[in-house]
Amino acid sequence: MARILTHLQALEAESIHILREVAAEFQRPVMLYSIGKDSSVMVRLAQKAFYPGPFPFPLLHIDTSYKFREMVEFRDRFCAEIGARLIVHTNRQALAEGANPFRLGTQKCCGLLKTRALLDAMAAGGYDAAFGGARRDEEKSRAKERVYSFRDSFGQWDPKNQRPELWNLFNSRVDKGESIRVFPLSNWTELDVWEYIQLENIPVVPLYFARPRPMVVRGEMLIPVEHDIPLLPGEKTELVMCRMRSLGCTPCTGAIRSEADTVAKIIAEMREFRRSERENRVIDHDQEGSMELKKREGYF
Amino acid sequence: MDDGKSTLIGRLLYDSQTVYEDQLAGIRKATKAHGGLDLSLLTDGLRAEREQGITIDVAYRYFSTPRRKFIIADTPGHEQYTRNMATGASTAELAIVLIDARHGVLAQSRRHAFIATLLGIRHLAIAVNKMDLVEYREEVFTAICEDFRAFVGQIGNPPDLQFIPVSALCGDNVVTRSKRMPWYSGPALLEYLETVSIAPEKHEVGFRLPVQYVIRPNQDFRGIAGQLASGVIRPGDPVVVLPSGRETRVRSIVTREGELAEAFAPMSVTVCLDEEVDVSRGDMLVSPQDRPERALRFEATLVWMNEKAASAVRPFLLKHTTQTLPARIVEIRHRIDIHTLGAQPADELRLNEIGAVLVEAQRPIFVDPYRRNRFTGSFILLDALTNETVGAGMIERAAAENFDVAARSAAISIENNPEVLWMLARRLVENGQRVVVVSNQLLHVGPEGILPVVELSFNADALADNSARAVDRIFQELTGRGVIAQN
Repeated sequence: MARILTHLQALEAESIHILREVAAEFQRPVMLYSIGKDSSVMVRLAQKAFYPGPFPFPLLHIDTSYKFREMVEFRDRFCAEIGARLIVHTNRQALAEGANPFRLGTQKCCGLLKTRALLDAMAAGGYDAAFGGARRDEEKSRAKERVYSFRDSFGQWDPKNQRPELWNLFNSRVDKGESIRVFPLSNWTELDVWEYIQLENIPVVPLYFARPRPMVVRGEMLIPVEHDIPLLPGEKTELVMCRMRSLGCTPCTGAIRSEADTVAKIIAEMREFRRSERENRVIDHDQEGSMELKKREGYF
Repeated sequence: MDDGKSTLIGRLLYDSQTVYEDQLAGIRKATKAHGGLDLSLLTDGLRAEREQGITIDVAYRYFSTPRRKFIIADTPGHEQYTRNMATGASTAELAIVLIDARHGVLAQSRRHAFIATLLGIRHLAIAVNKMDLVEYREEVFTAICEDFRAFVGQIGNPPDLQFIPVSALCGDNVVTRSKRMPWYSGPALLEYLETVSIAPEKHEVGFRLPVQYVIRPNQDFRGIAGQLASGVIRPGDPVVVLPSGRETRVRSIVTREGELAEAFAPMSVTVCLDEEVDVSRGDMLVSPQDRPERALRFEATLVWMNEKAASAVRPFLLKHTTQTLPARIVEIRHRIDIHTLGAQPADELRLNEIGAVLVEAQRPIFVDPYRRNRFTGSFILLDALTNETVGAGMIERAAAENFDVAARSAAISIENNPEVLWMLARRLVENGQRVVVVSNQLLHVGPEGILPVVELSFNADALADNSARAVDRIFQELTGRGVIAQN
C-alpha cells in the first residue's frame, strides 16, 4: 500500500508540528484570532494538535469596534462552544480620542486600531509568541515571510534581515521584550483553506456565504451598510446578492457579487476566480508596498 | 534577473492561469512604459528588491494544475545569497536550475546544482533558457547538456537530470511544447513537473518519532506528540525510548477523529505507550531493530550563514530534531570550493561558505546520516548570545568516540538489569573505586572537580548469559580503557 499523504494532510501535519513546537518552546504563546476562515482553520488545527487536551494558549482578538456584527456574534458563540479562553483587546484611548476610518483615512486608522492595539495587547499579556493565520499566497510581502517571524522589542519586522529557516528546525530564541509571530498556515492557499473547511466541516462566519445584503455600490465596489458609513452624493443602499471573500473592518471590506451559498459552491467559484483574494481589502492598496510597510511596523 | 528566473516563474504562473486579473492589471500598469507584459514583475516581493531588481530572500509561490499542487521556493541565485538558496532547497523535492543558453554552464549553475544535491534534492530540471536568443539551435542545447552532465558526474550520489530547452519570455516549452524546437521530443517544463515521480522519499531508516510535546490533560491520559521523521508505526509495535533505552510498546495512536490503525511519516501524531516510561521533549521513539546512531561527536557538512565566521573557538547551541543543547565545532576539516567541489584547507568558514566539520555536542544525540533521513540528519547552529541562526548542517556520520584523553571516571548505565548494576557497584567498591549510583544516570564529581568521564552503555543481557559474567565483562572493559586500575 502506498503511504502518501494528500496535499491537505501534508499541510495539516506541517501546521500541527508548528503549533506544538511553539507550545513547547515559548513561555507565553497566544493565538491571534481574527474570526475569519483562516482563524477558524487555525483553531481546528490547534484542537487537533493537543487532543484530547485543550490547546495550551488563549485566543486574542484585536477588536477595532468596526467589525461586522455577525463576526462578533460568531466569535462569542464559537469560543464558548469550544471552551477557548478569549481575550478581546481594543484601543479604547484612540477611539475615545475620535479615531475612525472615515476621518483618519485607512492607513492611520489601521495603525492605531490594529497595529498599536496588537502591540499593546502583546505587551500587556507578556506574550513571547503569537500565532497568526496569514498565508504566503495572500500578498507579495507575505510570500517572503518566515514561519517564525522575528519581531524586535518594538514589535517591528526587518524583512532584509530574517533568520534563515531550514527543514522543520525553527529558531525560537528571543530576548526579553522580543517576540515571534508564527504562521502555521504559511503554505496554505485560499483554495486549500476552503477545501479543508469542507473536508473537516469547520464552522465559519455566515458572511462568507452569498445572500441578498444591503450594500452601497461605489464604482465596482460593494460596501456593506454598517457603522454609519458616510454616503457620497447620489448614493443609496441596494439589496445585492453577494458574499465576503475575506473579512476585516466593514468600511474597508468590500463584498463580491456571488451566488455561492455553500462551501462547495464557494470552492467551485474559486476554481473559476480570476481576481485575487485581498483585492477587496482597501488597506492593501492604500499606498505602494503598503502591506510590507504595515508589517514592518508590527501589523500582521 | 539576468538568467530570467523571475520571467520563468511568472510564465509558469501566468500560463497555468494562476495569476489574477487585478494582479495582471497591476503589472500592465507598471510595464506600460516599455510595452509587452513583463511577467517578472509578478514575483516581485520586497521594496528593496524592486528598487534593485534582484531577489534577496526566498519567496514562496503557490500554483496548482488539475494534476498537482506546487509550492515554488523562489530563491536568489547570486553567490552572496547561498544561504537563502540552501534554505529554499532544504524542504524541496525538486530543483529547477536555470541556464542562460547564450552563456552556457557558468560557475553559478554548478553552484546551484551542487547546493541542491547537498541539501538532498533528488530531481534536477535543467531549464536551458533564452533559446530564442540562440535561434533555437539544437547544438547549443546539446553542448550545455554535456557540460552539465560532466559536472554533476563529479558529485557523489548524483540526482536525476531532465534537460529542457525553453524560452520563458516567449513561452516555449514552459507550459506547452514548442513548435520552434522540433528536434526536442521531451516534455515541457510544467509537464515534467506534473509527472515526475516524487514517490515519498524511500524511508531508508526505520521508525523515528522525535518527541515534541507530552499531552497530559488528566491522570488517565499521557500522549507522546510529534511528527514522524521516518517509518511506520502501529498499535502493538515495540519501540525504544532514546536516550534512556527503555523498551515498551505502542498502545494506541490517538487523533481527534478516532484511533488510527497505522501512522507513517510525515504525519503528526499522538502516541500512547503501554507503560508509564519516562519520556519527555527531546527524546526519540525508535524501532528496536533499526536504531539511529548515538553520537557525541559527528562529521557534518556545514553551510555557514552568519557575518561572524565559524571557528572552532565559539560555543554554539545545536538544534537537532526537538532538542537544543550546547555544542562546539571541534575541527574544520576543510572548506568545499563550490565551483570545483575541491577541498581547501581552512581554519574558519565565512558567510555563505560550505565546509566539512567535526561537531561535538554536550551530550550524545541520536542521528542518521542526512542522505538517509533529512529530519534526523539535519541540524542548525544558533548563536547563544545574539540568538541568530548561524549555520545549517547535514550529518554524514557519527564519529568514533574519542578516548585519547585518559578518563578516570566512568558514567555507566546498565539497561534492564538492576542485579548487574548492584553487583558491579559492589565489585568496584571492593576494588577501591568510589561509586555513585543515581537512579537513571551515574555522575561523578570528585574532590578535584568534575573528572573526565567516559559514557559507556552496556546491555547486560546481551553482554553475557549470567550476571556474574556480565560484571566481569564490564570490569574488563573499564580496566582495558584505563579508567580503573585492577588492585
